[in-house]
Amino acid sequence: MEGLNYLPMLGQTPSSHTAEAGRQGRWRRLEQRQAVIKGILLGATLISCGSVLAILGFLAYFAAPIFSQGHLAEILSWEWRPFQEKFGVLPMAAGSLCLAGAAMGVAYPLGLGLCGFAHGLGPRFLKGPIMGLIHFMTSIPTVIYGFVSVIFLVPVVRGTFPESTGYSWLTAALTLSLMILPTIVLLIQAQLQQVDARVRLAAAALGFSPAQTLLWVMRPLASRGLWAAAVLGFSRALGDTIIALMVAGNAPQIPHSLLDSIRTLTSHIALVVATDSTSQAYQSIFASGLILFGVTAAVNLTLRRLQSATVPSAGRHD
Amino acid sequence: MLKSRNGLIAIVFMLVLSFWTAPWACAQDLQSFQNLEGKIDIAGGTAHIPVMKDAAEAIMKANPKIRITVAGGGSGVGVQKVGEGLVDIGNTGRPLTPAEVDKYGLKTFPFAIDGVAVAVNPKNPVGALTSQQVRDIFAGKIKNWQEVGGPNAPIHLFTRDEASGTRETFWKKLLKKGPIDAKANIVASNGAMKLALAQDPQAIGYLGIGFVDQKVKGIKLDGAEPTQENAKSGTYAVTRQLYMNTKGEPQPLVKAFIEYIKGPEGAKIIQKHGFIPLQ
Repeated sequence: MEGLNYLPMLGQTPSSHTAEAGRQGRWRRLEQRQAVIKGILLGATLISCGSVLAILGFLAYFAAPIFSQGHLAEILSWEWRPFQEKFGVLPMAAGSLCLAGAAMGVAYPLGLGLCGFAHGLGPRFLKGPIMGLIHFMTSIPTVIYGFVSVIFLVPVVRGTFPESTGYSWLTAALTLSLMILPTIVLLIQAQLQQVDARVRLAAAALGFSPAQTLLWVMRPLASRGLWAAAVLGFSRALGDTIIALMVAGNAPQIPHSLLDSIRTLTSHIALVVATDSTSQAYQSIFASGLILFGVTAAVNLTLRRLQSATVPSAGRHD
Repeated sequence: MLKSRNGLIAIVFMLVLSFWTAPWACAQDLQSFQNLEGKIDIAGGTAHIPVMKDAAEAIMKANPKIRITVAGGGSGVGVQKVGEGLVDIGNTGRPLTPAEVDKYGLKTFPFAIDGVAVAVNPKNPVGALTSQQVRDIFAGKIKNWQEVGGPNAPIHLFTRDEASGTRETFWKKLLKKGPIDAKANIVASNGAMKLALAQDPQAIGYLGIGFVDQKVKGIKLDGAEPTQENAKSGTYAVTRQLYMNTKGEPQPLVKAFIEYIKGPEGAKIIQKHGFIPLQ
């Protein structure tokens, strides 16, 4: 803004009116252009925020009959047997949490390890190829993971555990962990890279070993990235549909072992959306959508809470 | 999903091919399409897909001005899409419910009979079961193949999703609306069922007779082999009709398509894919 006031004054010193008018015109055009850009950005922001709110609104609107007609208790129960008039979706909510939790349990330590390996613990020449591979993984469509898993991983699990059909919590969690691994690695990696150059030399000069540097210097400095990776990784795992649908078995039950077939809220919606749209089963998918929305939001908020409780500097960056 | 998209790609490919091969491909039946042009979108029941695809291919070859797309989704999707006007023909493997007819004003055209076969992996020595045994297996009462004369191995149950017409036929006609174990795995199409059964020697499931080939073994039910001949004669009782549905009276092009499917040319295609034409 200072520049805006400063430059036109320059134009006043020589007695050339036309030059001044030209400059002022140029400034006006610049301001106009800025206004247009601001408008476009505002529009983009409004459209994206509006869409999210509209989705939530539509979900709530379609789910409203459940609340007003008193079907809520039926839907918030533990049994899904639509042909015996039982429409409980809680097993699916449990399934979603179990699957996403297990996938995170595999992918997050793996991601941490990978980042540690690429940032000082492993040979330097491997960093490029490893990160290249991770970047490549982001471009594989999830249906490919699902398909390959059905062909290869399902028979392996079935062969190892004869009582299981292979379509199970375990199989889906392993497949899903591969799918969310790049998200986790790239987020942690981005944060590590920011502190990397600044601190590595200083730490080395102080006599830290690479492992010590990573554990005691880089980890605290990159903790924002660690939390963000956890939040986004978990959200992706929770939101995935096609892998769960293809590999998890889809039985609407509370899993008792990793080898049990489970159904997530997302695959539940995908399976039930094809039913007769006048049925009560069909209505339950809007409730499932709301629950999914709620669970994702709750996980996000909880992790953010934890983050701001443990990372004092986090607030500044937000 | 994957399958229907491949189908779509195949049809687009055929469309391109048809520009070269069009002049000679003009069977008697296809002449009703000569003065027509436009597009027909078809979606719904997965059992219908092979028949629809072959018919679409023949028609598009005969008349390149007509474009036909075929997608899956299941019977429920077929009703919704045609009801909402998203497609011209919505296929179902079950009769429409009165609520569906009322809501959308649908008109229904049955065109074939399909049998639903109980099937296992070809490696499974069990080849025949009674209806009662099938009911007990699907209810989760019989848990080991040993109990029905097979090897000592747990039974892996596979069933279809809630929207499936195949599941509805199986459940009503064979299970007599009896329970299906909540532990049973659920697959979302006839194709996925075939893949699951073909991979797993301990599996049991059910699928349209048209899908039974050397990769899966149809189970003899109370002595009746699950074949289209037996389904036609009534010896094999687990059958259903396949329907095409339109919203109100069909447009001339859609009407021509339905008449083609129900005519002699269509009957040949229907038979080729293991169904029995209705005439």
